[in-house]
Amino acid sequence: MSAVFEQIFQVGFLAAIIRIATPLAFATLGEMFSERAGVLNLGIEGIMLLCAMTGFTATSLSGSLWLGVLVAVLTGMLMGALHALFTVALGLSQHVCGIGVTLFSSGLAYFLYRRIFGQQSVPPSIKGFQTLPIPVFSDIPVLGPAVFNQFALVYMAILAIPLAAFILYRTPWGLSVRMVGENPRAADSAGVIVIATRFQAVILGGALMGLAGAFLSMAQFNAFTFGVVSGRGWVAIALVVFGRWDPWRSAGAALLFAFVDALQLRMQASGLGHIPYEAFLMLPFIFTIVAMAFMSRNAVAPSALLKPFRREER
Amino acid sequence: MPAPLIEMRGITKSFGAVKANEAVDLSVAPGEILGLLGENGAGKTTLMNVLFGAYAPDAGEILIQGRSVRIASSADALAAGIGMVHQHFHLAPRLTVLENLLIGMSGKSGRIDRAGGLARLAEIGRQHGLTLDPNLPVSALSVGEQQRLEIVKALFRGAKLLILDEPTAVLAPSEVDGLFSALRSMAAQGLGIIFISHKLNEVRALTHRCTVLRHGRVAGRVDDPANTTSAAMAQLMCGHEIVPPARGPSTPGGAVLILDGISTSKHSGTALRDISLAVHAGEILGIAGVSGNGQRALAEVISGVRTPDAGRMTIAGQTVSRFSPREVQALGLGRIPEDRMTTGLVTNLPLADSMVLPRIGTSTFSARGLLKPDAIRAFAEEQIKAYDIRCPGPMTRAGALSGGNLQKALLARELAFDPKVLIVSQPTRGLDIGAARFIHEKFLDMRAKGCGIIVIGEDLEELLVLCDRIAVMYEGRIAGTLDSADATIARLGLLMTGAEAHG
Repeated sequence: MSAVFEQIFQVGFLAAIIRIATPLAFATLGEMFSERAGVLNLGIEGIMLLCAMTGFTATSLSGSLWLGVLVAVLTGMLMGALHALFTVALGLSQHVCGIGVTLFSSGLAYFLYRRIFGQQSVPPSIKGFQTLPIPVFSDIPVLGPAVFNQFALVYMAILAIPLAAFILYRTPWGLSVRMVGENPRAADSAGVIVIATRFQAVILGGALMGLAGAFLSMAQFNAFTFGVVSGRGWVAIALVVFGRWDPWRSAGAALLFAFVDALQLRMQASGLGHIPYEAFLMLPFIFTIVAMAFMSRNAVAPSALLKPFRREER
Repeated sequence: MPAPLIEMRGITKSFGAVKANEAVDLSVAPGEILGLLGENGAGKTTLMNVLFGAYAPDAGEILIQGRSVRIASSADALAAGIGMVHQHFHLAPRLTVLENLLIGMSGKSGRIDRAGGLARLAEIGRQHGLTLDPNLPVSALSVGEQQRLEIVKALFRGAKLLILDEPTAVLAPSEVDGLFSALRSMAAQGLGIIFISHKLNEVRALTHRCTVLRHGRVAGRVDDPANTTSAAMAQLMCGHEIVPPARGPSTPGGAVLILDGISTSKHSGTALRDISLAVHAGEILGIAGVSGNGQRALAEVISGVRTPDAGRMTIAGQTVSRFSPREVQALGLGRIPEDRMTTGLVTNLPLADSMVLPRIGTSTFSARGLLKPDAIRAFAEEQIKAYDIRCPGPMTRAGALSGGNLQKALLARELAFDPKVLIVSQPTRGLDIGAARFIHEKFLDMRAKGCGIIVIGEDLEELLVLCDRIAVMYEGRIAGTLDSADATIARLGLLMTGAEAHG
C-alpha cells in the first residue's frame, strides 16, 4: 500500500493539480462573474469547446500562440455577448438559451474544424505552450517546480484570482455587478445601467471561458479533439455554487476538484490496476456531487439570478 | 412664495387603455413639504415614477428651477437632484449599508471610495439625526433603519427634492415621529419633499400643502392641511362622503378558537413564543404589531400551514390533532392569506379554479377523482354575482383582476362555506376606500351571524374601527390585549415597540 502512495504523491503530483485546476479556475471565475450579475451561463461547456477550437486553429494557421489565445478570448466574448443578447436584452429563459448556446457552439466548433482540417487519421497538433520557469522562485523546494515552473497561462490564472476579487469587491463596477445580481431595481434607481452592466459581466465571463478553452487545446493537449472539454464547463457551474459565488472560494473549489482529479489519474496509473479505470474516472464527479450536496445547502445564490430585468414592469 | 424647485406641467401617462395620469400639474418649493394624496390607483406612484425617470410621460413637461428638463432614467433624475424612497426598498440585502450607499457612484482612481463615503454618511447622520452602522449588511437592519438608509442614500447623492412613497406604512408610531422630525429638519435646510400617503392625519401633521389625485387627475389642492378637516380631504380623494362602518355592540358567545401556549421554532421569520388567546363567536379580534413580529407565523399556525412545536389549538370545541390546511378547514376555519397574489390564488389559472381550490377535493366540486367543471363554474358565477366581482367571467385569468376584486373573490370563497372562525391578514391593503368599505361590511355581517374573526393588520385606525379587542404582537409574543374602547393609537404604539403594558 505504501508503494502505491509513494507512486501517487510524487514530485509531479502538485504540478499536475495546478495544471488541472487552471482551466477550471478560468471557467469558474468566468461563470462566477456572469452569475454574480444575475445571468446563469449554461453556454459555458460549448463556449469552452468553440474557444479551444478557434484558438487552436488560429495558432495552427499563424504559428503564433498568443494570437491563438487572443482569438479564443474574442470568441468567448462574442459568445458571451450572444448569450447576453438573448437573456439580458431580450429577457429569455437563461436555461434554455444557455443550452442553446452550448449546442450551437459545439456544433459550430465541429463543423468549422472539419471544414478547415478535413478528416485526418491523426489529429493535427501544434507546438503548444512550454513551461516557463520563473527565476529564483522555481528553485524553492517542492513549491518551486510545482507552481513556478508552469505555462504562462497558469500564471495568468493564478493572477486572475486576486484580480477578480479586487474587481468584484473594490471597484465601482464590481459593486454594480453585485448589485444588479442582487436587486437590479435598486441598481437602476441608483443610476446604474442594469442591462449594460449585465452585458459587460457576461462578456467578461465569456473571455475567461475563452482562456479556459485556449488552455485545453494549446497548453494541455496541444490538439483539438471533440472531447477536449469533456464536462469541465458543467463542473465549473457546480464549482461556482461550491465556491459560493466568491472568487477565492471558487478558485479553492477548482483546486480541490483538481486534487481529486489528479489523484484519480495517479490511481489509474498505480498498482490498483485490477479496478476498472472507469471507476477512477468517476471519482471527481462523485466528489463534486457529494460536496455540492453538503455545501449548497447553505449557499445563497445572488437574489436576482435567472431573473430578467425589465424596466417598466412592476 | 419662493420660485418652485420642481414643477410638473400637464403630465399624462397611459398604460394601454388606462390613463394613469391625465394633465397633472404639481409644484414644490424649496423648504416645502408637499402632500400627495389619493386612493390606491389614483396615479400617485405613476406620477412619481415619471418624475423619477422610471416611466416616460406621454405628454407634459418637467421643470427644475424654471428650466425644462427631460428625465429619461433614474440616473437623469439623480443628476437633477431628485431622490426617491420607494415603497418597496431598493436595497440589496446582502450588501452592507456602505456598499448600498456607494452603488452607482464613480470611485476614486478606479476603486470604491470607502473613506469618502464614511465621512459623508457621518455628516448626514449628524445633520438630520439619521445614524446608521456602515458595515452592517442591510439584512440586519430593521425596516425603519432600511428606510433611513434609503433617505440617507438620496441625500448622499445630493438630492434637492426627496420623494417618499407611503413611508409610514411600514413603521411603528414611534418611528413615524422620528421620520417626521428628520423630514422637518431637511425641509428647514431648503430641501423640497413630496410625501405620498393616504393617511390623512399624517398628512395634516406634516405637510405644508397638498395636491389630491383622483382617477389620475388633480381633484383638488389643499393650501392649509393642518386646518383642513380629514373629512374634507377624504371627500376630495374619493369624490363622495365617506361614512365609517358602524360597529354595533357585540354579544360574544363561546370561544370558537382557542390557542393555548403555542410556540414555534424560528424556521423562517419570527418564532412564536407561548401564544395564548381566544376568539369568541360574534367577536372581531385584531392583531396589531409592526410587521415581522410573528404575525405571519401566527396566521400560518392558525391556518394549519405550520405545525407549532408546542401548544394546543381548539376550533369550535375540537382540538386540532394534525396541522394541515384541510384539517382546520374541515373544523370550520376560513382563511384569507396576506398575499393575495402568491398564497391566495393561482394567477395564471381561471378565477373559477382559484375560487374552489381549497375545497377541490370535497364532494361539491369533484367525484371519483374527477372534477365537476359545471359545479365549479356555477359556484364561481354565483359568487361573482353575489359579491359584485368585476370581471369578464369565471374563466378570466385570476391575475387580471384588480386587488379589490381579488379580495372580494377570496372573501366569497371562504364565506360561502359559513366558517365558524375566519382569519384574515391585511384585509384591505392596497384597496381603495370603496372596496375596503365593502370588505369591512362583510366582516361586520359575519360577526353579527356569530362568526369569530381575527384580523391581522398594520393599519391601527382600521383595527380600531373594526375590532372589539386588539392584541399586540411583539417579537413573537402577545405584548398585551386591549378592549378597543380603551385602546388608542398611542397605547397600541407603546405595546408595539415592546414597552410592557401596565394596567
